[in-house]
Amino acid sequence: MECKEYKIEFTLNGKPVSIATNPLRRLIDVLRDDFGCLGVKEGCSEGECGACSILMNGRVVTPCLIPVGAANGQDIMTIEGIKETEKGSIIVQAFADGGAVQCGFCIPGMVIAAYYLLSRNPNPTEDEIRLGISGNICRCTGYDLIVESIKLAAKRGGEIWKR
Amino acid sequence: MVAHDISKAVRRLDAVSKSEGSVKYIADYGFEDCLWGRLVRSSIPRGIIKDIKLPEMPDGYRFITYKDIPDGGHNYLHMIATDWKCFAENDVRYVGETIGIIVGPDRTIVEDLREKIVIEYEEQEPAVSIDDGLACKGGAFINDDNIHCHLKLEVGNVDEAFRKADRIVEETIETGFQEHVYLETNGACCMPDGDGYKIYASAQCPFYIRKSIAPLLNIDPSKISVQQTTTGGAFGGKEHFPDVVCGPLLLAAYVMKKGVKMIFDREEDIENSVKRHPSKTVFRTGLDKDGNIVAMDSKVYYNVGGYLSSSFVVLQRGCFHVTGCYEFPNMRTEGFGVATNTYPSCAFRGFGAPQTLFAVETHMCHIAEMQGLDPLEYKKRYFIKQGGTTSTNGKIVEKVMIPEMLDQVLKASDYERKAKEYKWGSGKGIGISFYNHGGAFTGNGEQAIIKGRAKLHKFKDGTVEILCSQTEMGQGFHTILPKIAAHILEIPIEKVIFKDPDTSRVPDSGPTAASRSTMIVGELVERAATLMKPRYDKEEEFEVETQYEHPDGYPWDQSTFQGYAYLGYGWGVCAVEVEVDPCTGEVTTKGVWSSHDCGHLIDEMIVHGQVNGGVLQGIGWASTEVLKNVGGHFKQTSMSDYIVPTSMDCPKQGVSFVENPYEWGPFGAKGMGELVFNGSGAAYIDALSRAIGKRITAIPVPTEDVMGYMLNGKDLKEAL
Repeated sequence: MECKEYKIEFTLNGKPVSIATNPLRRLIDVLRDDFGCLGVKEGCSEGECGACSILMNGRVVTPCLIPVGAANGQDIMTIEGIKETEKGSIIVQAFADGGAVQCGFCIPGMVIAAYYLLSRNPNPTEDEIRLGISGNICRCTGYDLIVESIKLAAKRGGEIWKR
Repeated sequence: MVAHDISKAVRRLDAVSKSEGSVKYIADYGFEDCLWGRLVRSSIPRGIIKDIKLPEMPDGYRFITYKDIPDGGHNYLHMIATDWKCFAENDVRYVGETIGIIVGPDRTIVEDLREKIVIEYEEQEPAVSIDDGLACKGGAFINDDNIHCHLKLEVGNVDEAFRKADRIVEETIETGFQEHVYLETNGACCMPDGDGYKIYASAQCPFYIRKSIAPLLNIDPSKISVQQTTTGGAFGGKEHFPDVVCGPLLLAAYVMKKGVKMIFDREEDIENSVKRHPSKTVFRTGLDKDGNIVAMDSKVYYNVGGYLSSSFVVLQRGCFHVTGCYEFPNMRTEGFGVATNTYPSCAFRGFGAPQTLFAVETHMCHIAEMQGLDPLEYKKRYFIKQGGTTSTNGKIVEKVMIPEMLDQVLKASDYERKAKEYKWGSGKGIGISFYNHGGAFTGNGEQAIIKGRAKLHKFKDGTVEILCSQTEMGQGFHTILPKIAAHILEIPIEKVIFKDPDTSRVPDSGPTAASRSTMIVGELVERAATLMKPRYDKEEEFEVETQYEHPDGYPWDQSTFQGYAYLGYGWGVCAVEVEVDPCTGEVTTKGVWSSHDCGHLIDEMIVHGQVNGGVLQGIGWASTEVLKNVGGHFKQTSMSDYIVPTSMDCPKQGVSFVENPYEWGPFGAKGMGELVFNGSGAAYIDALSRAIGKRITAIPVPTEDVMGYMLNGKDLKEAL
């Protein structure tokens, strides 16, 4: 089946990009295959596991469910962009120090979820953190050390989270 | 001497790169020059293949089956048994059995072609459950009784004790399928490489793969080199299963003379991969007039599925663990691996032990409760001690610290107050379980079968590389092993290199399985580093190799299963508290507390993470993780309907340990990766049973089933 290609433009990790492609292709495939954002992990292909989480206009979305056409004109941040930010780096370092990482496959998505949570709520409670990452499945850690690591990131970041 | 305690946590060496998303998993490699493959599988549980109609194949696309195996090649996968066919020939035994592999350059076209292949079958009646298999539904297809494998163990004289018993109680405990749900699905790539082949795979045991699939082409396993790629979770699901993925890839690479890759999507992975064995344990327990156990007899049935593969070893471990943490005066167990028309069951964290441990814990609760006793008080009467006799007529070698562990859990959970205050059926309940896990391969298997070897290589610049076949799949071993070497050599951990293994450059130190890596391979590296140390400053570049040696004086007979099955057990105590909504039956887990004996901890944070994950996975197995097989088809095939626990399902766990150094382990460490799964399910069900005042004899119990038990379940005090 031949599909007409459209020019789609969006901001990816702070830089304007464009691609001519079938607008119905999944955003996850475009990010991974065309833009090399391999930190966007495919775990379930149905928006259930959160491993592919990215930020679209500042909100957490799962690009396995989004046709790339819907990204036109939007602002997209993947783990590749987040890790370069001061906030992202605080989370990555806190995850490493707090024992949050085991197999690691869910972790880029967890970092995105934590970034979103802390950006809106710089001092979350235990319950708020658990709710904040409840869309991200981890099979290894039982979540406790991820929760602790997010607390550590909140503490380390302090005022930075309020910017 | 070491500078400081090795238990002190270090940053995992892979933590930052994994968090930043820069680590490559199998799907991230690209392998641009390779073809795509997709397995064509049986859509029926049992039958005869009458015809395969292929669509017109575009140039460069091909459908490959057993008929393409070259002369001299063998159509089987050498796991432990060799019965699992790489490709079905005339008949199929289960839904998902590989019939062929379709390969070509474009993934979408490969998928389109697969959908257009029409396979005509003569369907036969399948046996799906253990009972179906035992009843030989549709006719036996293994021997004349569908029994793949069988064993029997006895301590003392059970029949004699039964004759003297005041009464004999009977009970059947059942457990269901469980899917691993490693977050990274299966995937691999195989490409021609000189006069052999190179494989990249998400896998636990790279040496298993080459041994398993080399017979297909009748080549020496060393002609295949397997590079493990960073593995996004496994839990046993990538122990033997990658053989099923890599076998067809090898044949396809041979036929096409090109590399071929496959990455499963989630639905494909859940529908068509191995699972934890469903089980049924039938107890007959003799009691004296005071309600004390004089003998326990059990028959253990595991649903093996269509092929035996590794299941006899799983069944053995199940039978060895059926007496749990207890010693009874007379014990007997008989195990049966039952053939059914379901996907072959295989390794899953615990390897057969969780099923029987769940069964014995639950049975013990029920014997206590029917007498109106607190299960904990009753279980206490039978705790095994150092020197106690095991189910295989061996002895427990180490000190058993259950009393100390119990003390920690009682304090942390406030068990004694809650167990008194929460009346049975009050909607609140607290439960407690005891469990163990024999570390490493059974008996003398490490020496007789595995013969593990490890090497250390010192380079001129002072760095030291660890060469062994152990894989990192999330459990932290690629930090644990460098930590051991660095500690002994007194060099910074950054100076120790440990790469994902490639079979062409590392010795075979055995599989990453059986909770053996730290306990056995850790010791090999500890010993190698000790040998290296006096030479480290004097010699520029050299290598040291060690091989496993079994301690003398602990005999084991693998033909009769008699003797010392395990020299070091991990031990665990777990308490779970739940609350049940009386109107809806909704269960809320209010608390989880555990204590474990893992010898001496190599890294307290890594072990803590293992406990958290294993305990939650065990609660999932007992509660939300429903996986039904109806008519040979799994009914849950996605992460939307197969429900693994989320961060909201369990509060922060209370975690504690006891210090009990293991004589033969590195720094006193012993196995723990599986142990931490083995008991939380029983504690959860104990808590839930007490909260609703009803007896539960089968798991999983998802929240939607709780109301049924509340309305129609048997009272805890009813006679068994």
